[in-house]
Amino acid sequence: MARALINMPKTAPAGSVIEIKTLISHPMETGYRPGPDGRLRPRDIITEFVCHYDGAEIFRAELSPASAANPYLTFTTLATASGTLRFTWSGDNGFSQSQDVALTVT
Amino acid sequence: MRGLAVSGVLLLLAGLAAAQEIPIQEIPVSERRSGLDQMAPETRAMQADDAANPGMLWVGDGADLFARAPSPEAPACAACHETGALRGVAARYPAWDTAEARPIDLEGRINLCRSRHQGAAPLPREGRDLLALTAFVANQSRGLPIAPPADPRLAPARAAGRALFERPLGQLRFSCAGCHDANWGRHLGAAPIPQGHPTGYPLYRLEWQGLGSLQRRLRNCLAGMRAEPFAPDSPEATALALYLMQRAAPLPVETPAVRP
Amino acid sequence: MSPDRRAVLAGGLGLVLLRPVAAASLRPDREPTAEAIRRFTGGAPVNPGRVGLDMPPLVENGNTVPLSITVESPMSAADHVRRIGVFNEKNPQPHVVTLHLGPRAGRAAVATRIRLADSQRITAIAEMSDGRYWSASADAIVTLAACVEG
Repeated sequence: MARALINMPKTAPAGSVIEIKTLISHPMETGYRPGPDGRLRPRDIITEFVCHYDGAEIFRAELSPASAANPYLTFTTLATASGTLRFTWSGDNGFSQSQDVALTVT
Repeated sequence: MRGLAVSGVLLLLAGLAAAQEIPIQEIPVSERRSGLDQMAPETRAMQADDAANPGMLWVGDGADLFARAPSPEAPACAACHETGALRGVAARYPAWDTAEARPIDLEGRINLCRSRHQGAAPLPREGRDLLALTAFVANQSRGLPIAPPADPRLAPARAAGRALFERPLGQLRFSCAGCHDANWGRHLGAAPIPQGHPTGYPLYRLEWQGLGSLQRRLRNCLAGMRAEPFAPDSPEATALALYLMQRAAPLPVETPAVRP
Repeated sequence: MSPDRRAVLAGGLGLVLLRPVAAASLRPDREPTAEAIRRFTGGAPVNPGRVGLDMPPLVENGNTVPLSITVESPMSAADHVRRIGVFNEKNPQPHVVTLHLGPRAGRAAVATRIRLADSQRITAIAEMSDGRYWSASADAIVTLAACVEG
């Protein structure tokens, strides 16, 4: 599994806006770069990132080869109720990975 | 504009070549600066925030590798070394290894541990696992001043490293000192010339789009000088690393640093 | 002479000096940026304003360029940002990233890191819940790294 780092508060007051930062290990090979043999290395990128909060989509990103290697995305959400945020990255060559983080809303 | 930039590089190269004639002074302790100080604010911010620093992906991988036994019969690194005891280790490498009777760098130390205590094959240099383990160990010393050991057995290699640093090398007859002692703070093309202190290795270089070791960086420097790079773990590479760490002391360890 | 040695000679400083001359020109089959934007907006007019695009004007390395975007919006159920599309002028493809937001974001503030193949203008376009489009652009100069991997 590719390592992902998700940084967000563990607890938040109801109605507050929390910032979420995500980082994942991925080369984001563009498909435009020649390899050592002079031929283009095939594209291998993460094409989509989604965050669900208790099952409801709250943020989604469609990525292209112009995203830097080891993609970094930050966004915000309203802390509505205690629950689970699920982060899912998917892309070329069947790449798919999810990670859950619990949020306690006070 | 591009034409101007290119001729600027050539002029600077001519200037640097001329600088070879003047005896070069080592940078006094009070003037030593990490390359961090010359970076754009955005790149500094990337290094400063663990949630944004991509090098932390390798530190996380290293923490897992440190805790995991390489095979069912062998102990994990963590079975012998408490994480707290790693604090300060990276600040004093390369160090003398009595059994090998030579100085070894931190990557070499990890690989010796594997062969001596874990019955495991050495991890390949620049491979993800060795970079990750080294980054995890070095990260434990983040913020501590670089403190090269006073061990007299290291003195000959350190002196050899200094001689390498000051000697003109390669087809362009540049020395390390010609850029990093005599011309730091000026520019090579658009890039500022840093003092060249290895404070944050393994580090995340935007150019590499990944983590890399000091040895990889030296290879890039030597290629730029059109000189033959030293093999990692060669006596020359370790000697140069020994001198560079002494030259950088007491700047703090930054691993994992971020550099352009 | 070993292959490694040859690679070193071919790369190194010589490459640094030659690289500006060999800098990317647009591929003949590249979709025009205006066309990619038209696909994003469905041809609706795009108004300058309400979008804040923060990108360093002088980029140390085009491989990793920090980009942050804010949009002036109450982010309420009735009035919020639905999508933000980011487009470039000179990469092999015009699309950079599309971000889908909604009222549950609380704020329209996002950040990511992008690649710039050359000095160029980046444009961010926000689609609001009323179907209108707002935009901002920023220019970046990508400098050349010295002593790159040969």
